[in-house]
Amino acid sequence: MKKLTRWLSKNLIRVYAFLGFTYLFIPVFYTFAFSFNNAGRSNLVWKGFTLKNWKNPCGAPDICMALGNSLKIGLISTILATVLGTLIAFALGRYKFVGRSTTNLLIFLPMATPEIVLGASLLTMFLNLGINPGLVPTIIAHVMFCISFVVVTVKARIASLDPRLEQAAMDLYANEWQTFRRVTLPLVAPGIAAAALLAFSLSFDDFIITNFNSGTVTTFPKFVYTAAARGIPAQANVIGSSMFFIALIVVVVGQVLSNKRKAKI
Amino acid sequence: MAVFRNGSAKVSGLKENKSLLPYFLLAPGLIYLILFFVFPIISLGQMSTKTSSGEIGQYKQSFRFANYVDAFLQSKEQFGRSFIYAILATLLALAVSYPLAYAIAFKSGRWKNVLLVLIVAPFFTSFLLRTIAWKQILGEEGPVIKVLRTLHIISPQTSLTATSFAVVTGLAYNFLPFMTLPLYASLERIDPRTLEASGDLYANGFTTFRKVTLPLSMPGVVAGTLLTFIPAAGDYINAAILGSPSTKMLGNVIDARFFKIVDYPTAAALSFTLMAAILILVTVYIRKAGTEELV
Repeated sequence: MKKLTRWLSKNLIRVYAFLGFTYLFIPVFYTFAFSFNNAGRSNLVWKGFTLKNWKNPCGAPDICMALGNSLKIGLISTILATVLGTLIAFALGRYKFVGRSTTNLLIFLPMATPEIVLGASLLTMFLNLGINPGLVPTIIAHVMFCISFVVVTVKARIASLDPRLEQAAMDLYANEWQTFRRVTLPLVAPGIAAAALLAFSLSFDDFIITNFNSGTVTTFPKFVYTAAARGIPAQANVIGSSMFFIALIVVVVGQVLSNKRKAKI
Repeated sequence: MAVFRNGSAKVSGLKENKSLLPYFLLAPGLIYLILFFVFPIISLGQMSTKTSSGEIGQYKQSFRFANYVDAFLQSKEQFGRSFIYAILATLLALAVSYPLAYAIAFKSGRWKNVLLVLIVAPFFTSFLLRTIAWKQILGEEGPVIKVLRTLHIISPQTSLTATSFAVVTGLAYNFLPFMTLPLYASLERIDPRTLEASGDLYANGFTTFRKVTLPLSMPGVVAGTLLTFIPAAGDYINAAILGSPSTKMLGNVIDARFFKIVDYPTAAALSFTLMAAILILVTVYIRKAGTEELV
C-alpha cells in the first residue's frame, strides 16, 4: 500500500496525462469503431462488425461529392494562404518598416474575431455586391481566415533561426539571393510545411464560415451536419478515420525525413 | 541578418529598392485581408443600421442605431449564456490542459514530439464527427448513462446530453488543443535550472510551482485562455448538437436570424456586438495580464 501511494505521488502527473489523452481520444476511437458497424442508414447502435463501409466509402449518397469539394477547397485555399502568409511572415520577421504594428493588428484581428462574425460579414458583403454564395466565395473565405495562422507559424520559425548561419553564407561570398535560396529557405521550409498542414486542416474542418458562404455547394462537414438530423451513415466515420490516419502518416513521415536531414548535417 | 536589415535607405538605387521590398512582400496578403476581412466588417456595420424596405431580403440604409438596442434586448439571455459558457469552458480547458502541458514539457523525455502530435491529432477527425460521437457516448442509448444509472450515481430522470453541462464540456473538449499548445510552448521555455535553484533554496515542490513555474508560464496561460475563449464565445455547433433550446448561445441566434428568419440587420447588429464585446474583454484582459506576447 505504501509502495503504491509512493508510486502514485511520484507518477501522478503521468497518470493524469494518460487520462487527459484518453479523454482527447475517446471520440476518435468511437468514430473509428463505428466505421465497422453493420448499421443501415443511421449509425447509432452497434449492430455487428463489417468491412463493407470501408470497401465502399462512397456508398452513402453525395458523400464523396462533398468530400471532393472539401479537398478541392482545402488544396486551393492552402496553396494561396501559404504563399500570401509566408510573404508577410518574411516581411515581419526580417525587416523594420513603417506600419509594422498596423500589420500585426491586421494579422491578429481575424484570429480574434469569432468565425460566425467572419462568415456573416463576408456573406453580407457578397450579397451587397450581388455575388451569390458558392465555391469561389467559400475559397475566398478560407484563404482569408488561414492567412493569419500561416503568418504566425512561419514567423515563429523565422524568429528561431540562428542569424549566424546567414552571416556565414555571406562570408563565403554568397549573394543575398543565394543566401536566401540555399540557407534561409531550406531552414524555414519545415515551418512553411507545418503552416500548410495547419491551413489545410482548418479549411477541411471548417463548418461555420463555409455554411455562410457556400450556398448550395456541399462540403464534408456540411454533409455531416445535415446528415446528423437523420443519422450519419457509417461511411462518414470511414472518411473521418481515414483523414486521421493520413494526417498522422504525413506528420510521421515529415518528422522522419527532417530527422534524417539533421543526421546528415 | 545584416543582409536583410534595411538601414539608411537613401544611398543607391539598389538600397532604395531594398527598402521597398518588405512592402512588396506585404502587399498581396494585406490587400487580400483588406478586401476580404476589413471591407466585409464594414459591410456588416452598414447592414446593422438598415431597416426593411418592405420586401423580404431587401434593406435600405436609415442609420437606425436602435437596431442594436432591439437586438440586444431580444437576445440578452443568449448573450449572457455565450459569455458564461465560454468562460466556464475556458477554465475547464485550463484545468485539463495545464497538467497535460506540464507532463509533456517536463516528464515526456524522448516522447515529447510524439505526444505533441497526439495533442493535435484529434483535429484531423472532423470536429463535427467527434462532437456527434460525444452526443452518442453520453446520450440515452450510450454506455456512460447506463453505467451511471445502474450505480445510482445519477437518477433515472437525469440526462447528460441536452444540458448546459454537455455544452460546456463540448466547448472545452473542442478547443482543448488551443489551450494546451501555448501552455506547452511557455512551459518548455522555462530553464530547468530555475526550478533546481528554487529547490536549493529549500522551497518544496508546491512552493516552487507557485512561485516559479506558474509565473513563468503566464504568457502561455494568457494566450491559451484567449485562443479558447474567443472561438468558444462565438460557437453554436456545440449548443446545437449537445444542447437543447434552453442552452442556445448567441451564435445560434445569429445563425437563425440569417438563414431562417432572413433578418440581416438584426443578425449584423448581434454579430457586431459580439465582436465588440470580445475585443473589449480581450483588451482589458491583456492589459491586466500585462503581456503583449501574442502575435
